[in-house]
Amino acid sequence: MAALLTALLHTLRDVLPIAAILFGFQWFVIRQPMPNLRRVLTGFAYVVVGLALFLEGLEQALFPLGKLMAHQLTDPAFILHGAGLVLSHVSWTDYLWVYAFAAAIGFSTTIAEPSLIAVAIKARDVSGGAISVWGLRVAVAVGVAFGIALGAFRIITGTPLHYYIMAGYIVVIVQTLFAPRMIIPLAYDSGGVTTSTVTVPLVTALGLGLAGTVPGRSVLLDGFGLIAFASLFPIIAVLGYAQLSEWRAGRARRDRG
Amino acid sequence: MKKQIVALLRAVWESTRDLLPIVVVIAFFQLVVLHEPMAHLGSLLWGTGLVVLGLTLFVRGLEMGLFPIGESMAYAFARKGSLWWLLAFAFALGFGTTVAEPALIAVAAEAAKVAAKGGMIGSDGAARAAYALGLRITVAVSVGTAIVVGVLRILKGWPLHWLIMGGYVGVVVMTAFAPKGIVGIAYDSGGVTTSTITVPLVTALGVGLAMAIKGRNPMVDGFGLIAFASLLPMIFVMGYGMVIH
Repeated sequence: MAALLTALLHTLRDVLPIAAILFGFQWFVIRQPMPNLRRVLTGFAYVVVGLALFLEGLEQALFPLGKLMAHQLTDPAFILHGAGLVLSHVSWTDYLWVYAFAAAIGFSTTIAEPSLIAVAIKARDVSGGAISVWGLRVAVAVGVAFGIALGAFRIITGTPLHYYIMAGYIVVIVQTLFAPRMIIPLAYDSGGVTTSTVTVPLVTALGLGLAGTVPGRSVLLDGFGLIAFASLFPIIAVLGYAQLSEWRAGRARRDRG
Repeated sequence: MKKQIVALLRAVWESTRDLLPIVVVIAFFQLVVLHEPMAHLGSLLWGTGLVVLGLTLFVRGLEMGLFPIGESMAYAFARKGSLWWLLAFAFALGFGTTVAEPALIAVAAEAAKVAAKGGMIGSDGAARAAYALGLRITVAVSVGTAIVVGVLRILKGWPLHWLIMGGYVGVVVMTAFAPKGIVGIAYDSGGVTTSTITVPLVTALGVGLAMAIKGRNPMVDGFGLIAFASLLPMIFVMGYGMVIH
């Protein structure tokens, strides 16, 4: 109970500056009463309490177990089936379960990410239902899953981060030239919304676990970069999903005509 | 009354469904791959219950509070026609929501450790704290700037992809010159800046502006603010690394 109260206070502290900016501009610059003030304030209270419960629940249940599993899966004892406790030489194929875990945890945490839910709801409303909430969320989650798995591969093989990121940029640019114009801004946005409350702690634990146990990697230098992968690949996935839908719709039209 | 209960149950079910994949993944790896029992099942269920309840409340509050407030302010600014106040608001929203962001505070502290270990700054606590604070302010300024640029783009109707590609070129050029130790942190800082409360507000602001201004399409012009907020921090943080080291 005390933990819940602390979580609530922490969330309040995070929300206060935002509320101060919003209401400050509303009262001193716009100088008009806010429409439906009571409803908006109730909504704000829901957001604060909801976020506090959400974070506290993750902290109590899923984060400890998820982080522990990230450590166990990257532990040399698990990788080599207890054959020897010192890793001197590893092949990237020793880590198949790690890639599976990286992809699965990337996918599942993205599906539960509240800010992605928010953007998906907005996109559905704005597009008049043409973009479904689940379609967008699954496309983004597939992108994150691939991104985290590839990021784990990069840490294990020790290849430089910026090569991957630049290659990813080139793919995004080429896709941008061919993708439907309507989807481009939403696709770019979906890169930024994927990584917040749920994904970051678990993915960070995985990155630090890998960088700490793979020989020749430094926790401080190689542990970073997974978040960057999780922000880049959803763009590719959403653009790809839109291109695929357009292509299928076009083919269906041709078949009929 | 009955209708409300049905709506509530529906909302709880949707949150449960959102959470189900994580539970399945963790259970599968725990039981099948690692062959470990599910320890502390009671607290696990209790925590999962909290998460479901919290998510339900959050989504409800989103539609009642955050979306309407972002949109009504966008309309009010568009009606008022005062460009400078709108840009000031955009900057304040970006800066204010980022500077205190817990994920950013954690990353900045971690980055200070890297820099101290690499001998780029002094290893005493004061030097580390100053470095971390400088990094946080840099990221917050970059997010504020990003929202300002994004709002200007919506007002002017500039195509997003040219700006984003220009940003990519900026990232690539900065990567070539920035100290190696900062590159990973800079790339990650793009992802951690956009918090759960900022995203709905900023999205509603962009879409609201695009709807309030004649000739703008909310789909094409309304989205894109978050994209700037994820891209500019990378460039600014690498710049910070070049100035400091």
